[in-house]
Amino acid sequence: MKLKLLILSCLLFIFTAPYASGQDEPAAMDSLDMETRLPAPITQLTAFDTDNDHGHSIELSWSPSVDDGGGKNTVFGYVIYRAASPDGPFEERGIQPLGETGYSDVGSKEKDSPSYMPDHTDYYYKVRTLTADSLIFSDSEIFGPIQCYGQWFNTSRIPELVFVIGFLMVAVVFINKARRGANLFVRRLAGIEAVDEAIGRATEMGKPILYVMGLGTASEIATIASFTILGRVAKKVAEYQTGLIVPCYDPIVMTIAQETVRSSYMDAGRPDAYNDDMVYFVTQSQFAYVAAVNGTMLRELPATNIYMGKFFAESLILAETGALAGSIQIAGTDEVAQIPFFVVACDYTLIGEELYAASAYLGREPILLGSLKAQDYAKAGVIVCALIGFISINLGWDSIAQLFQVPNAFFTNLFGGHN
Amino acid sequence: MDKSRRISIMILAGTIILFIISWIIKSNALQTSGMEGSLAIRDAFLITLAAFLTLAIFSFLYKDNPYYKFAEHLFVGVSAAYWMCVGFWSTFVGNFIPKVSTSLSEFFKVPPKGFEIHYFIPLILGIMLLMRLSSKAGWLSRWSLAFIVGTTAGLNLIRYLRTDFITQVSNTFVPLLVDWKGIGPFFSDFSLSASGQAVMTLANWVIFVGVFSGLIYFFFSKEHKGFFGGASRVGIWVLMVTFGASFGYTVMGRVSLLVGRLTFLFSDWLGLVN
Repeated sequence: MKLKLLILSCLLFIFTAPYASGQDEPAAMDSLDMETRLPAPITQLTAFDTDNDHGHSIELSWSPSVDDGGGKNTVFGYVIYRAASPDGPFEERGIQPLGETGYSDVGSKEKDSPSYMPDHTDYYYKVRTLTADSLIFSDSEIFGPIQCYGQWFNTSRIPELVFVIGFLMVAVVFINKARRGANLFVRRLAGIEAVDEAIGRATEMGKPILYVMGLGTASEIATIASFTILGRVAKKVAEYQTGLIVPCYDPIVMTIAQETVRSSYMDAGRPDAYNDDMVYFVTQSQFAYVAAVNGTMLRELPATNIYMGKFFAESLILAETGALAGSIQIAGTDEVAQIPFFVVACDYTLIGEELYAASAYLGREPILLGSLKAQDYAKAGVIVCALIGFISINLGWDSIAQLFQVPNAFFTNLFGGHN
Repeated sequence: MDKSRRISIMILAGTIILFIISWIIKSNALQTSGMEGSLAIRDAFLITLAAFLTLAIFSFLYKDNPYYKFAEHLFVGVSAAYWMCVGFWSTFVGNFIPKVSTSLSEFFKVPPKGFEIHYFIPLILGIMLLMRLSSKAGWLSRWSLAFIVGTTAGLNLIRYLRTDFITQVSNTFVPLLVDWKGIGPFFSDFSLSASGQAVMTLANWVIFVGVFSGLIYFFFSKEHKGFFGGASRVGIWVLMVTFGASFGYTVMGRVSLLVGRLTFLFSDWLGLVN
């Protein structure tokens, strides 16, 4: 019996020994192979709240793996993970290609969004260094806790603040000068002087004036300038008892235009002559609006067409139809692509900033005149700044030119930013 | 009935007959191409109507006429109603209702997004704007208008400062001699390629002269005489050359729009062009 057991044990050993050794050897080889192929993890992982934002964002930076572009040269990229606790679970937030040393983890501020990232909450990060083989990677040490939060002040906007304060100070000085009766010189602008002439012509001909404010909304600077000019035109029209037609594209613009015209008629002492139908809404479809205004031009045959505001593709269609109707035409817009069409088809054109100057020139009111003078000084400032930067670039002093970069590194660093 | 009225009625009748004939022919053509009967009749009607409205708008090139007036009024009416509906469904139902009322969200079949009290601020401003319809409370609408104009002007000031002021000033900082290694290498390596030294240098000179002379043109506090006058004349020349280039570029775009309309007429409607 003992002999049988011994023979059986020997046979069992003989048949199982190769399999046992065969299983051990590949395992040892895999482990060794993986160890040799494992990339070095990234080092110096740091994270900080993103500067000058509304929160919900964290910036990460790290030193790349030594195998990224060197060493074993096996790094394929980096995966960024985030967790609410150092023990996990970690959630993948993004992937960066090899060579990258930073990542912006930007979440949503909307609570119902799947990517919502609440402020003032602890976050933990780790970065996984990937290779071409998805099973071979190495994780960095976990960094955290770190929180994101919004800032009250955007320090990269300091240059704008400085400029606005400077501009306001200059404007206040000139407004006070104008109020004290100082003679503030503004050069002659042919297009603006033609406005009075055109109103007189309309009065003599007994025909109305068509005032088109373009397609701009009330938020456009050109539209705001146009309100001022409309006020001046409406006052003259009320004094001369001429007709005024103002078709509007935007309902809010129409409301403001009605208020402007009504005030002008009251200022002229003719509130009875004002009629709400002078300023009316057409439609908010661009070419339907154009079709309607064109029809008005040919049916009412206005003596004068004034186009002031924001214009787009309709500019040439309007101006050409006005020319066909034999009206004298004055246009002004800050939309650079449309100015050529007005130059071609209108009698007078206010180019770009002349539109803004027109309101001050026409009204001669201290506030507008003071602002216009402040704008001129701002332009002088632009010329000086541009000359300084231009000379510094040509002399190789790049640091001076850096002051005008957006976002501005100088002011951001001055106020303790990370960048 | 005077003669001109008779002629007008005859032209109108002729137009209607032409429309019906075109509709029938187009329906047959669509059915022949495999479209189902009622769909073919509907599509043929829409294509024919679009073609006739296009021709009605083109008739303005001759002079103002009843066909143009019809197309114009139809266009204005449809677009005004359309944008009103878009405004109601996208702004009021799409943005406002889900943030203020769950029951109204269910009524309009939009998913509620949680109550946010600050959405009542635009609602109140909107109601104040509508107060202008009342003779007694009309003054309230001025508060909304003041809010709209003041806020947007303030916001735009910062936007323009950033994009039009600081960025443009910094973009003016260009070297007048690009990659300068001396007069000899300049001529020996002379090339007219867009990224070549000569062209880049010329481009930077144009930026320098154009920006400074253009700024001087828009300076209103000084009479344009002497050096100032000369510089501003250069400035207006620079502007006019720019406008000329812009004019040509835009005209090309407009021609493509015309081609699009003609393609519709000759391909979709008449089927003369494949």
